[in-house]
Amino acid sequence: MQGFASEFSAAVALIFEGDSELWAIVLLSLKVSVFAVLISALIGMPVGAALAVARFPGRRMLIVLMNALMGFPPVVVGLLVYLMLSRSGPLGVLELLYTPTAMIIAQVVLVTPIVAALTRQVVEMLAEEYSEQLRSLGVSRLASVPVLLWDARLALVTALLAGFGRAIAEVGAVIIVGGNINHVTRVMTTTIALETSKGNLALALALGAILIGIAIAVNAMVSAVSLRAEQEGLRHA
Amino acid sequence: MFRALIRAAVMALGLSTSMVSAEEPFIVVQSTTSTQNSGLLEYILPWFEAESGIDVRVVAVGTGQAIRNAINGDADVLLVHAKPAEEQFVADGWGVERKDLMYNDFILVGPKSDPAGIRGGADILAALSAIAAAEVPFASRGDDSGTHKAELGHWSAAGLDPTDASGAWYRETGSGMGATLNVASGMDAYTLTDRATWLSFGNKGNLEVLVEGDPRLFNQYGVILVNPEKHVHVRAASGQRFVEWLTGPDGQEAIASFRLEGQQVFFPNAQ
Amino acid sequence: MRDLLGDMVSCLKVEDLQIRSKGKALLDVRSLVLDGPGPTLILGPNGAGKSLLLRCLHGLISPDRGQVIQDGKLLGAEQKARQAMVFQQPVLLRRSVASNLDFVLKRQGLGRPARRARIAELLTEGGLDGKARQPARSLSGGEAQRLAILRALALEPETLFLDEPTSALDPGATQVIERMVLRASSRGVRIVMVTHDIGQARRLASDVVMMQGGHVVEHGAAKQVLDAPESDASHRYLAGGLVT
Ligand SMILES: Nc1ncnc2c1ncn2[C@@H]1O[C@H](COP(=O)(O)OP(=O)(O)OP(=O)(O)O)[C@@H](O)[C@H]1O
Ligand SMILES: [Mg+2]
Repeated sequence: MQGFASEFSAAVALIFEGDSELWAIVLLSLKVSVFAVLISALIGMPVGAALAVARFPGRRMLIVLMNALMGFPPVVVGLLVYLMLSRSGPLGVLELLYTPTAMIIAQVVLVTPIVAALTRQVVEMLAEEYSEQLRSLGVSRLASVPVLLWDARLALVTALLAGFGRAIAEVGAVIIVGGNINHVTRVMTTTIALETSKGNLALALALGAILIGIAIAVNAMVSAVSLRAEQEGLRHA
Repeated sequence: MFRALIRAAVMALGLSTSMVSAEEPFIVVQSTTSTQNSGLLEYILPWFEAESGIDVRVVAVGTGQAIRNAINGDADVLLVHAKPAEEQFVADGWGVERKDLMYNDFILVGPKSDPAGIRGGADILAALSAIAAAEVPFASRGDDSGTHKAELGHWSAAGLDPTDASGAWYRETGSGMGATLNVASGMDAYTLTDRATWLSFGNKGNLEVLVEGDPRLFNQYGVILVNPEKHVHVRAASGQRFVEWLTGPDGQEAIASFRLEGQQVFFPNAQ
Repeated sequence: MRDLLGDMVSCLKVEDLQIRSKGKALLDVRSLVLDGPGPTLILGPNGAGKSLLLRCLHGLISPDRGQVIQDGKLLGAEQKARQAMVFQQPVLLRRSVASNLDFVLKRQGLGRPARRARIAELLTEGGLDGKARQPARSLSGGEAQRLAILRALALEPETLFLDEPTSALDPGATQVIERMVLRASSRGVRIVMVTHDIGQARRLASDVVMMQGGHVVEHGAAKQVLDAPESDASHRYLAGGLVT
């Protein structure tokens, strides 16, 4: 593409001009995804930890299901959430379709399985190590859940950051349930889709660059967290 | 660390409530990508919003999806361009009344090298026949949109069924107009597009306008208020006000004053 | 009961205890009664079943046959709550040294000031002053073992199981631990401790259990078992021969 260099320099200019529309979009993306990840943490962590320590029939099946949900196509999630929130859907009366809340819900559906599955993995490993010691200290299976979650905190932060990465980079689900409405539900990824379809490659590229920047920042945080874990001897290996 | 997380959660909660100001009245308009991508809506809506205080939230999808969403009750107003489907929508009771709003026109664009040799023609059927005969790449929306429906109509009027060549020279992108133009630009294919999207499209590459001006290429837009008898939650008063504004002198004038690269592309024709 | 009986130490008894795996008995103890006044030291070659026996006595694994009886009662939740154990490979929580102790004290319902005072006391006792805020996982092997012992003591158990608690300690730290053990014993805590250090057994034990191949081959007063062992296996173990 002969225009790549010029598109790219226009993109860089857009970022450094500090275009306020652009930053409003970035901010909304961050808000939606941060909020979605926090809710996913509140649901996914206890579920994952419970699956790690509890023993009941069908547990293996649930774990397989949860791992499969991790790779669920976002568009399908978007469609399902749309059908729920649509006026003719069961939750239509809540009037949530085409709001940031709808996007948060879709992202929660996408991210919770990731958080739950990673939490289960981490906590199960830790539970194996801690099991006899905790029983010796008189801690019941149920009471061991918060202990394990807390002691796995660094690995869990990594899991949350992984979930955040999926949430913020996702377009298929949020464009369906958010509607990509200007100033209301337009986030980075839906803007990229829109601007690409308008052939406005510079703005799309600028947002893409910011997304990549966020991805790099998130990964830097992951590696900083695990570095700290190593220094403190908190590594679970 | 968890305390910090919780503090962040509370903060986000506070922010999220301020994300949407529920006080301000608004309507949801299901529309097509052509009206949004061209910038028309962005251009005329501020007038209406200033006058009425009603925030217009536009969801731009293909005409087929826009109609289905409206049937589901997820719109107050429908603004699309597929007259038979719109009339069916009203006949089935989903819409109150269909009103002509404006028209624009379709154009056939293609690579400058023009391997099918159709440049300068004004007969869309002849041009499509030439493309089919030459078996040169043609990018179709393939997404049940108004443009797609119009394109299929022209093929069948020419007595052709390009879907026989689907995957060969006939490429169905299943995407919006812009995405399809990107595909055409990338593979030097012909494609049918509305003029507005074309003029505002930023990645024309090797493409240029080859066929235009055939009366059959005129593209009528209609506007419909979703029937509040079918969906009680429809914001009928605000929606009606928007429809009236669009089809009234102020809206029609606003549409007429919209320019792309110095050209008028939407021609108001409400009665 | 303890108040009534004064210095009477709790009594542990096992009868016909068996743990099997893949058709083979890993542990097979006809009868063992621990009711002496001072610490019991368990000796025996690697793989003899010493750790298995401790975990059985502590109720962490339930035997395939037989039972453990504490003070005339079947080992249950109530009895287990009055026991503590220091594992051969202690597991420290991924928190600071002080928090590891605080975790146990909190579970006993102590208030914050009382816990703080007790933590300081324990750290001094184990020679870990100044390490309170250090992440427990970054302690040296010997420091970690000391912290594990302090944590067990913080439970104020009536019975304390120690599985080779000084295997990684320097001579000075070993002495500290031995003094802690003797002090606890003199307070009336029943001590059951595994060691490979025969000198340590001489210094601490009032009675010695000699194990081999999952069996108790000898149990008697420390002096007698260590100086004039009856069984062949004890003889060879004490002489430094390889016993299998
Ligand atoms: N879960 C298990 N499955 C199979 N074999 C086991 C299991 N647990 C322990 N064993 C075996 O039982 C035997 C006794 O183990 P135990 O840990 O009690 O030895 P030990 O006397 O403490 O030895 P050391 O002095 O090396 O600590 C060993 O041979 C060990 O391999
Ligand atoms: Mg052992």
